[in-house]
Amino acid sequence: MIWRSLDELAAVPAFQSARHNEFPPGATEPPVNRRDFLKLMAASMALASLPACTRQPIEKIVPYVKQPEELVPGNPLFYATAMTLGGFASGLMIESHEGHPTKIEGNPGHPSSLGATNVLQQAALLDLYDPDRSQTVLNHGQPSTWESFATAFQAQMQSVQANHGRGVHILTETISSPTLRSQLQTLLGKYPEARWHQYEPVNRDNAFAGARLAFGEAVEMHCHFDRAKVILSLDSDFLYGHPDNLRHALAFADGRRAQSGRADMNRLYVVESSASVTGSNADHRLPLNATGIARFAYELATRLGLMAAGSPSELTPETRKWIYALADDLLQNEGTSLVIAGENQPPDVHVLAHNINDFLGNIGHTVTFTEPVINPASQIESLRDLIAALHAGSVETLLILGGNPTFTAPADFDFPAGLLKAKSCIHLSTEVNETSALCEWHIPQNHFLESWSDGRAFDGTVSIVQPLILPLYAGKSAHEVLDVVTLGRSDYDIVHDFWSQKMAGLDFEKNWRQALHDGYFANTRLPEKRVSLRTFQITPVAQKTGSLEITFSPDPNIHDGRFANNAWLQELPQPVTKLTWDNAALLSPGFAAKEGLANGDIVDLELNGRRLSLPVWITPGQPDDSIALHFGGGRSHVGRVGKNAGFNTYTLRTSDSLYIGRDVRMQKTGGHYPLVTTQTQHAIDSEERQIFREGTFADFKADPEFAKKSSETPIETLFKPEEFKTDGYRWGMAIDLTACIGCNACILACQSENNIPVVGKDQVSKGRIMHWIRVDTYFRGTPENPDMNHQPVPCMQCENAPCELVCPVGATVHDKEGLNLQVYNRCVGTRYCSNNCPYKVRRFNFFQYADYHDTTLKPLWNPNVTVRSRGVMEKCTYCIQRISMARIGSEEQGHKIQDGQLKTACQQVCPARAIVFGDIGDPKSAVSKLKANNLNFSMLGELNTRPRTTYLAKLRNPNPQLTT
Amino acid sequence: MAYTAQTGPTPDSPKTNLADASAMPLIGPTETFESVTQNIGGIVLTQKPPRSWFFGAGVAFILLMVLLCAISWLLYRGVGIWGINIPVAWGFAIVNFVWWIGIGHAGTFISAILLLVHQQWRTSINRLTEAMTLFAVACAGLFPLLHLGRPLVFYWLFPYPDTMGLWPQFRSPLVWDVFAVSTYFTVSFLFWYAGLIPDLASLRDRAPTRRKKVIYGILALGWRGSAAHWQNHQSAYLLLAGLAAPLVLSVHSVVSFDFAVAIVPGWHSTIFPPYFVAGAIYSGFAMVLNIVIPIRKIYGLENYITARHLNNMAVIMLATGMMVTYGYVMEAFMAWYSGDVFEQSMMANRAFGPYGWIFWALILLNVILPQALWFKRIRTTPATLFFVALAINIGMWVERFVIVITSLQHDFTPSAWRLYRPTFWDWATLAGSIGLFLTLLFLFLRVLPMISIFEMRKLITEKPGGRA
Amino acid sequence: MKTDIHGLMAEFVNVNELLAAAKAARDHGYRRMDAYTPFPVEDLAEHLGRKKSRVPLIVLIAAICGGTGGYFMQWYAAVIDYPLNVAGRPLHTWPAFIPITFELTILSGALAGLLGMLLLNRLPQLYHPVFNAPGFARASTDKFFLCIESSDPKFDLVATRKFLETFRPVLISEVPA
Repeated sequence: MIWRSLDELAAVPAFQSARHNEFPPGATEPPVNRRDFLKLMAASMALASLPACTRQPIEKIVPYVKQPEELVPGNPLFYATAMTLGGFASGLMIESHEGHPTKIEGNPGHPSSLGATNVLQQAALLDLYDPDRSQTVLNHGQPSTWESFATAFQAQMQSVQANHGRGVHILTETISSPTLRSQLQTLLGKYPEARWHQYEPVNRDNAFAGARLAFGEAVEMHCHFDRAKVILSLDSDFLYGHPDNLRHALAFADGRRAQSGRADMNRLYVVESSASVTGSNADHRLPLNATGIARFAYELATRLGLMAAGSPSELTPETRKWIYALADDLLQNEGTSLVIAGENQPPDVHVLAHNINDFLGNIGHTVTFTEPVINPASQIESLRDLIAALHAGSVETLLILGGNPTFTAPADFDFPAGLLKAKSCIHLSTEVNETSALCEWHIPQNHFLESWSDGRAFDGTVSIVQPLILPLYAGKSAHEVLDVVTLGRSDYDIVHDFWSQKMAGLDFEKNWRQALHDGYFANTRLPEKRVSLRTFQITPVAQKTGSLEITFSPDPNIHDGRFANNAWLQELPQPVTKLTWDNAALLSPGFAAKEGLANGDIVDLELNGRRLSLPVWITPGQPDDSIALHFGGGRSHVGRVGKNAGFNTYTLRTSDSLYIGRDVRMQKTGGHYPLVTTQTQHAIDSEERQIFREGTFADFKADPEFAKKSSETPIETLFKPEEFKTDGYRWGMAIDLTACIGCNACILACQSENNIPVVGKDQVSKGRIMHWIRVDTYFRGTPENPDMNHQPVPCMQCENAPCELVCPVGATVHDKEGLNLQVYNRCVGTRYCSNNCPYKVRRFNFFQYADYHDTTLKPLWNPNVTVRSRGVMEKCTYCIQRISMARIGSEEQGHKIQDGQLKTACQQVCPARAIVFGDIGDPKSAVSKLKANNLNFSMLGELNTRPRTTYLAKLRNPNPQLTT
Repeated sequence: MAYTAQTGPTPDSPKTNLADASAMPLIGPTETFESVTQNIGGIVLTQKPPRSWFFGAGVAFILLMVLLCAISWLLYRGVGIWGINIPVAWGFAIVNFVWWIGIGHAGTFISAILLLVHQQWRTSINRLTEAMTLFAVACAGLFPLLHLGRPLVFYWLFPYPDTMGLWPQFRSPLVWDVFAVSTYFTVSFLFWYAGLIPDLASLRDRAPTRRKKVIYGILALGWRGSAAHWQNHQSAYLLLAGLAAPLVLSVHSVVSFDFAVAIVPGWHSTIFPPYFVAGAIYSGFAMVLNIVIPIRKIYGLENYITARHLNNMAVIMLATGMMVTYGYVMEAFMAWYSGDVFEQSMMANRAFGPYGWIFWALILLNVILPQALWFKRIRTTPATLFFVALAINIGMWVERFVIVITSLQHDFTPSAWRLYRPTFWDWATLAGSIGLFLTLLFLFLRVLPMISIFEMRKLITEKPGGRA
Repeated sequence: MKTDIHGLMAEFVNVNELLAAAKAARDHGYRRMDAYTPFPVEDLAEHLGRKKSRVPLIVLIAAICGGTGGYFMQWYAAVIDYPLNVAGRPLHTWPAFIPITFELTILSGALAGLLGMLLLNRLPQLYHPVFNAPGFARASTDKFFLCIESSDPKFDLVATRKFLETFRPVLISEVPA
């Protein structure tokens, strides 16, 4: 099997160095592009010169005449803030060096972060310093000023005062910010005829619609996976795509992770229309096309006895067997089971999910309900109203606060044409995008690290967004734009005033300071809400056999397209497919074989008369009659990074088929497009190469030692390892493969912490990606529906490191604490160490990857980590800079570093807490306890490399009824 | 001792060609002290070089310019211009390095080892092959420098403590390489120069113009050919041979350690040293034939480089070829017999993976074609021999490609497997290095005697039919 | 007794004649003389009464020094001067030090070999009186010369010429100093 897939690989022409410089992110291309690059920089600097005066105090390098309180040069400070996406705020803790933020961490106290972040939050830092950001107010594309905008805007609002603001429309993204919503209320109070529309391509319309059908009111469902023993996901990517994914990941992992004396383990069933992160963690995964999933839910409900069997079942015998086993499992776990439906499934499926949960008595236990924290009104309808008004030409002033509707609105709305009909249009956005290009006014929006705001977490907790740095450019926040027509305050005053009124009390200032310190107002989560089901009538869509369907879902990396200019995210290997820099049409191996398609072949897709051609990518576990498309790629008005990255699938997405498009026609064009992946997919037999070890929970209970087998390291040795014994710290790491969900957060955390450069598509295609930690995905079983195994692979820090032996200049050697050091200054770049590394975790600077010239990107760098130059090898260092920092701190206080006080970047970010780092010399440390676990094994230990990083074998918990 | 006289058969007559090779003469019977000195020395002193020399030198020079471009671009952009990646971090550079070093083995083998075992037929080719050795090693020496990520600090591999007091890491085979290659080059040069001194004296004494007289005079260091000179000279020459002999065997062994010491499946193998040495001599003799056959034709040296020389070299190629074949067989057998999953998978991938066709090309060129050498007619017919030698030269390059790339491309961790695709600059550097080699060779032919004159004189006195 | 000449040079066309002459001159008591040939002639040095060459001794000493020096350098660097934990191996990994030790042995031996030869031959020495001898240029092609030097105690212009003539050389000439 390995051979077959490698031959496929050999056939992929992407390896030929075709299409050079297709994607030149500033940082990646070697000197030839420098001139063009400097030109761009000069331009942006010129634009930046205006606000430069506001920037100086932050950036100027002068000794402090008056030392600010608690700021010690060289010691970072941490501030709590929050990032909102899709309206939901997630708490963050930002590391700031001498006034500029350098790293984003999760806020441990915040309910929807719990100390972790996902990839989008990690990468948000790069957006702050993005040289392609919008930097100045534009009027018809010409540089203008905030003041001239303000006067013009005030004049407009004056003119519509008479007719109560008729013709004024405000389009926002999903909003949970209490301040902003109150500002809108004030405005709408002032102009009763004005309209507020809310639209964002990734929304919760289906969930709320389902709730309305089921309970008669829009309520938000909260899952408690820690209490669930049996979990069923109906196309829900609750570990990655859900607004509350971080909390889910931790709770889910806690129900599974290797613990001594664990009596039982949760079991996850996933029915999905496209291989997702959640699906890759399933104990039982059933690929069904999106339409079939509704059918599945219906059949399950019938089987459980919620309702009488309706039309004769269309399901295959295998599926039926699956349903019976699942139903029994659910019935045995009443009250401790959980069914969740995905946002891209129609309301009916949500209704069924709610009813099954109710029938199983889960409501109140594993699932609870609250009022929604965001406006539950249907966003697509809200946008439809706006479009109607636009096309009717009745829009005087359209104020677009954030978002990029021109790009993201359903194709059939023909938003751009409508937008041009608006008399006047104002667009607030962090970048000059497709929408700004069509608007009269463009206002640069502050990055959230530059502005004051607030928002509510998924559970309602009020989180404060506080800035880490003064605006780098002439940016404004949505608060300030709305305030122009009222009081014209700064965003700090707006937010502060709002809360001082709301929480009027003697010690508001005290609470406020506390909230700023914590990042949120304590005890502001929404109270649990009693819900009661209404009777329902459902007849599932009968699916035409043999018809092809498309599913739409947001891009796992660049979301709805807003992160398209973020090089970290573009280069991040997408979960499961490991694609970088592009999106593709994901097909099943069987379907591809039938159509004679290979990876990268371009196909024409036709849906409701709309056509799109894009390359295909063969994805194991994809249903045969369903093609998965990610939207967000293929931006046209975007910075240098996002140019030509991916394909715009919004052009196929219409309001009647937002998530599922049926009766698709597909044609092979014969064209080819080089798609780039960081890992060629192999179905690998782990009995052969003991690289990844797994077993079932049953096996484990039967034979706790099963993972140890066949990897005892040879004992005969010519030399004595004790020659270098030390009584100091002995650093080591353990990675729990059962807990790891494969969310890639560790990769970006490492990239951000260690100044790891982005290399660009061409270099990735040559196999030169620089990530210090990678997440390998091994497929096992049939390509139609394989088990997927994620394995994060950092440097193993071998005690007998093969790399060290062969380095001719001693550029990689060991230190007393067991770290395998890489001395950049000494490295001459023979690359022998990489050849001799069995784990291939070393990365080489084939060109000058790190960007020495972009002044805007420099403050992004972690000042405690060397920026590597051309021709030197680099690799994971166990975040040695953090070790030193912790050592200095603890030595000042005269004690050893406490266990858990020191975390590596990958460990700190991990939502599932799968990575544990610490002193293996201390038997009481968490890492020592994990290494003592029976599941602990060394990857390729038989080579006697004695790796300090070890793994805990992956445990699955399959249903005996289905394994036989 | 007395020097006797008798007559022998004429060379290159069909009778002798097909008769027992050892009966063939090493030198034409009509040769005298004067004639050898005149014919060989004349090439550099008086004759105008043949048109073919200008043609060849021209081509070589163009290729040399290609090399300069490739190197300049490399230093400007970095090693990324090559096809190398992770995991295949070594590409053409190392392949070329091993290939050139191998070619550089025939010279010293012929001059040193054959001298020690009293193979007189070496005499007429040792000068040329020693020169070839020097030039090949010079080409080889380029690559370890160029393939560094930071070529300008190559000297950090030399044995001295840097400003931080740090020495090179003497356990690394790459440091062994530095010593082995530089020693080999130095010793080969000394050996070559020691042999040149008396001939330089001859050229000095026959030089037609004052300029040539001065230059050759200086190079001859005032050699007078006195009995005392000859006594020390012969003693030193023999000792150099004695030192060079084990050196030849050690150099390619050390080069093979670059691979054998690593843990990579397909590299980590105890058979490598002998198998590399055999391969080196194999390709070395192939290169000697590829050079000698045209030269003896162009300069009409059939009297000095006779069919017997060709035959003997062909026989050595046949023998070393069989050793190399044994190496291939053992690699495959051991991979299977070890029961080691990584070795087995590596071998399967090598033969049937994406690079499988290259492996079979190697078998064809290095194992099957050379079997033709069993036939004397092929061994003694310059044209066919030239063709077989060419095939072997290409085959040995391919062998190094198979060893270096296919092993790296498919090692322990499947997630890291990747293919290697050479770029334009990879090929340019290879072609350029051939240009450097040929340029040096053509210059040598122009200014130095390509055959050891004084040893030919000795041969005349000792040969059957030597004149008195 | 004239001392403004270097010696008397006898030219032969045949190496055997030279050998005979040299042997005879030696027996006759001449000590300071030298022979010049276009290629190494075995036994000639012995006939002229020269001792064995000292090149081998020089080479032996140099090789031993090179080898021990090489090993010492590696041991000192890895164990004493800058000990480092490399791949968990012991500091004194003697097997890894062998290749370099070997190479340095050969290198210093070979260098000593050539330099020793030049030293013992007093080379480079671009001028020497014998070059003035008529037809001496042929000494590097096909003629054989025997030169009895004037510094020889037994040297006498007339007697020595007489003595040489007994071997019927092609030519006897006085070599100016």
